[in-house]
Parts: sequence; C-alpha cells; structure tokens
Amino acid sequence: MGLNSPIPARPSAAHLRLLKRLSEAVGIPGSESEVRKIIRAHIEPFADELRTDAMGNLLVIRKGPGRRRLRVMLAAHMDEVGFMVISVGSEGELKFETVGGLDPRQLLGKPVWVGKDRLPGVIGGKPVHLATREELKQTVKVESMAIDIGVSKKETAEGKVEAGAGATFATPFRRIRGMVRGKALDDRMGVAILAELLEHPPEGIELQAAFTVQEEVGLRGARIAAHALNPEVAIVLDCTPARDLPAWDGEENTQYNAKLGLGPAIYVADARTLAHPGMLRHLVHTAESSGIPYQIRQPGGGGTDAGAIHLTREGIPSISVSVPARYIHTACSIATVSDWRNTVRLVHAAVSGLSVSVLGR
Amino acid sequence: MQDLIKKLVEAFGPSGKEDQVREIVRGEIEAHVDEISVSPLGGLHAIVNPGGGTKVMVAAHMDEIGVIISHIDENGFARFHNIGGVFPHTLVGHRVRFEENVTGVIGVEATVKNTDAPKLSQAFIDFGAGSKADCPVHIGDLGAFTRPFVTLGDRYVAKSMDDRIGVAVAIETAKRLRSTPNEIQFAFTTQEEVGLRGAKTSAYGLDPEVGIALDVTKTGDTPKGIKMAMELGRGPAIKVRDSGLLSDPRVVDLMVRRAEAARIPYQLEVLERGRTDATAIQLTRAGVPVGVISIPCRYVHTPSEMVDASDVENAVNLLQAILEHPVEL
Repeated sequence: MGLNSPIPARPSAAHLRLLKRLSEAVGIPGSESEVRKIIRAHIEPFADELRTDAMGNLLVIRKGPGRRRLRVMLAAHMDEVGFMVISVGSEGELKFETVGGLDPRQLLGKPVWVGKDRLPGVIGGKPVHLATREELKQTVKVESMAIDIGVSKKETAEGKVEAGAGATFATPFRRIRGMVRGKALDDRMGVAILAELLEHPPEGIELQAAFTVQEEVGLRGARIAAHALNPEVAIVLDCTPARDLPAWDGEENTQYNAKLGLGPAIYVADARTLAHPGMLRHLVHTAESSGIPYQIRQPGGGGTDAGAIHLTREGIPSISVSVPARYIHTACSIATVSDWRNTVRLVHAAVSGLSVSVLGR
Repeated sequence: MQDLIKKLVEAFGPSGKEDQVREIVRGEIEAHVDEISVSPLGGLHAIVNPGGGTKVMVAAHMDEIGVIISHIDENGFARFHNIGGVFPHTLVGHRVRFEENVTGVIGVEATVKNTDAPKLSQAFIDFGAGSKADCPVHIGDLGAFTRPFVTLGDRYVAKSMDDRIGVAVAIETAKRLRSTPNEIQFAFTTQEEVGLRGAKTSAYGLDPEVGIALDVTKTGDTPKGIKMAMELGRGPAIKVRDSGLLSDPRVVDLMVRRAEAARIPYQLEVLERGRTDATAIQLTRAGVPVGVISIPCRYVHTPSEMVDASDVENAVNLLQAILEHPVEL
C-alpha cells in the first residue's frame, strides 16, 4: 500500500506554495473568506460539487467510481486564533480583544496584520527602560494593550480600520530544511492536507471535504457541516501542540502531548471526543501495515471538530489525526515536513482501506 | 435481582469501552424485547412493542468513570488522565483494571504530603513492571476502578452503582413488564460520564415523545452531609431539578400519580450539582418532555457507592407502573 501511494513523500513546489499562502492568510473565526478563496481556487478543478454554507463552511464533494460509496467526511478548520479590533483610541491606537485561545504573555511586541488590507501594525509593549521591577513580574492584561498602525490621529485610523476588523500575527512562512515555520499551522496544515487529498481522492468512497469555520471559538462550523453532509464516518485533520523539548530540570518529560518527527498523532481521547474504537484500530493497523510512522497523542484536554461531528444526528464514528507542531496559538509555530507528508499518506491509505466492517462495534 | 446487580457492577466499562457491559445487558434483555440494535456510539437500543402508543425512551448509562494511560516512563510506571469525574483524594491505594485482566495499583509522588490530595499529574499506576518494555499497557488504554460487590445489611455497595444500578432497574423492569400500551425504547447509553454524549445521539435516533432517565442521586443523610432532603431507604427519587435540568412538570406529575396509586414510597429530588442523560434527551430535535427516576446513593464517584435494596426494588415498581399505563401528558 505504502509503495503504491500516489502521495509523494516530498512536498511538491505547488503544495509548499499552497501551505505558505494558507499560513500567511488572515482568517480569524467568523472572517475566513481569504482562506476560503485560496482553497476554492486550488480545488475547484477537482470538485464534483462545491458550496459555501450559511456559516461560511466550504463543502466540497468528490465522488469516486462505483455505486455503493461510503460517505467519508474529512474536516479541517480554516480559522485561526487572532484579534478583533473593538475601538479606535484617541491617538489612533486600536483596542482589541483576542478571539480563540491566546496567552496574553505571548502578545506584546508582536507584529500583526490588520483587516482585509493587511495593514501592518504592532502590539506595542513598554520598553524595558521604563518598566518597574514589579511590572516585570506581572502579566499585562489584554485590555491595556493596543495595536499601533503608525498613525497618530483617531480620524486617520478610523478611515483605515473599523471595529470588528480581524487581525493576526504577521509571520512570514519559511521552510527551513526539514521544518516549516509559520503562523496558523493550526489548522492551515490540515487545510493543505485536505486540499491535497481532494486532488488525489482515495478510491471507493465519496469524499466529503469540509473546510470549516469558527473551530477556535467552539467547533461551531463543523456542527452544521456534519448535519448537512450526514456522513457515515469522519476524520478530522488538525494540528496539535508538541511540547517535546526536554524538561528544564532534567526530569523525564511526561506531558509533551505529541512529539515532532514521530509521525501523525492519532487521537484516542481529548476533552471533547473519545475516538471510535474501530477507526482507531483501523488507523493504527493502516500505519503499521504501510510502514508509515505514527504516534498516539497523549490523552488529555483540548478538542477538535470531531467533538461536534461525532455527536451529530444518530452519532457519527469519528477520529482525529493531527500534525504535531511546536508553539501553536503563538506568533510562530514549527512543524516537520516529514510529519506533514506522513499525515497525508496515512489518511489517504486509511480512507482507501475503509469498509463498513471497520465501523462495527 | 442481586445476582444481576453484582454481575453488572463488577463488569468493566469506562466511558468509551462499554462493550462488556453491553454484552451482559444484551444477554439479559434479549428475550424480553422485540427489537435490539447497537448505535454508532455503542449504545444498546432494546425496543418493546414497536409502533404501539407513545414512544417512551428509558435511558440508563452503561459507562463508569475511569482512567486513560497518557505516558509510560523509563521505569515502567504509567501516568494517566481521568475519564469523567475522578476525585484525586479517592485515588491513593486504589486499584485499576484494564481489558485482558491487567491490574495496577495507584501511587503518588512522595513530594505529596499524605495529608493532601494529590493532583492527577502527581499520581501514577504501578503494574509491577520493572521497565518500560515490561509495562503491560500502552498510551491510550482505558482502565476502570476495581472493587468487589458487597452487601451491608439491606445495602448494596460497589464501585459503579453509578449507573449500573439504573441499568439493572431497566433490565429488571423489562423482565417484569406484563404488557404496555406504549412503545418502550430502552436505551443503554454510553459516554455519560464524559458529557451525556451517547444519550444525545440515541435520543436523536430513537426520536421519543417522552424520555425517562434512570440514574443515581446524592443523599444528605451522612455525618455533616450536603444539605439535601434525600435519604437511603425512603424510596426512589422523582427528580424535579438538577444543575442541568428542570424536569417537565407533567412527567413529574405522572410519576407522582403512579407512585401514589401503587402505594410506592418516593422522594422528590432537587440536586444542586449533577446532571443526567435527561438533559441531553430534553434538548434533542424539537425538544422532548423528560423526567428522571433517581436511586439515592451515598459516596457517588468513590470506590464504594452505596444504595438501599428497597429503593432499588421500588424504582423497578415505579417504572413498571409508569410503563404499564398509557404515558399521556
């Protein structure tokens, strides 16, 4: 199976370019249109059906040959954590709120892109010269931060940005040998993988690709996408933290979640989903028989779109597979090219080998 | 019924791995129902009198709280994460069982004072292994607590009364049911302890007109207990509200009427903290009128959950009385 895979082990220039464009797109929850446009342009030639639903999910069907085709939903979310402008201050500074899970300690001093026109800005921080010893120990609250877009008048800023505008970290994507580095790999990595699977659809199934919205604020888009698509089985493609560097005190690191370079991280349990046992066995078996490396993500907290999908209608057998990445939900995350490629290969092989018997209990 | 309870409470069934419980339920109930099927989330649906009268869903969850392995260290000790509401102060010295009869004991890091409850991250499971390679479990394996069933006077004590006692009440009622003008949809649900998940999808699939959940509730009858008018031995509880539910008053009235007509003792229940499958059922599709018959239980989510035999018997009597009459609101 592994030897005959149509999925190349090295990423093509086109797929690297796609991942770069996706990573650099600005798309906070509720404002995913830039991401959607990029995907749409890329996958339109491969789609049998394509529509954008009421919330903005991009739903794409690719039918394989044959009559009785298992309906397989593959989902990846288009949105990323970021910022929303809530008002313009008297000096033209932009007050904002965070959207999705962000650590206030990660924000000060970071360059950002604001709004559809990607205005360059920075979340200004107090120079160390002026900080008191007490202040250095404290976490600055988001309420007291502002984005500086380099204008000095309220009216000038208001001419450029309106309340409700989205902003994200302004991090250019880079490939560094075996690694990729960029913002929003959670979950543009999953989006890129899903787009590639639409180009090379696994045989014998009806592929229901859902590029979902508003995952980072509560798995919202996936809920309605799953209801509409009504699949028989679902696999969610996401990006999971790798906290895999050695512990500072030399103790064994027992809480790493996932590790870079060990292959796709298969989920058993997170805060929202217990993986379907048949799908779990199938993914592990597929990886082992195809010689594709894999790891079991440490059971624990967190959640993916599977949390919404598996509880849809009468229940949908579901599982998640993630590419591990360091520092996700910060300005810059790092993943390995090999985990990326092995995730595409694993999901392709696993979906190709799916049958109704896998879904039994 | 005691043999049935013993068999059910000693079975292995953490959320997500309810298969052993499901097979026991199937074996017990199959001869007494008309249709039987398994839901995508692993729940067992057993239907009596399909197509007849009001569709009444009777839900009891098969799963119990447990643990899941998250890491195995170089010396063969396993770290774990909770499945459902596991209280750290109940852990030390407890034993856990995995599939294939693998057993381990729970220890905690010596930095934890023995007067303090450990954090979950400070606890580990010792399988008697000397190294990582000897450890008989893997990351992602699900375990459940283990403890034999005992009787103390008129009381039953076991690790998973929550909610095998509800499962036992449903099975026993199905066996005793003489006839019913309703379509009874017994739903033995999964993944309740991690968020009422199986009941949500079962209710969607069964599309009932009325829902009744069977579950345990807390009591206020122990030394310095919580303020709650609920005692062991005073009868099953008819739930009025809990933190996730306001029971449909028509269902509460119906339950009270049936209890009084059949001279079955009952208590009215207001539970400050806790939820049951009824919450998920109520909010399904366009909404379902629901109620709950609760079995009062001391020491919920500890290794020794205690219920009273007469409360269990009367819960069966009450459910039987409800189901044998037309369920009309």
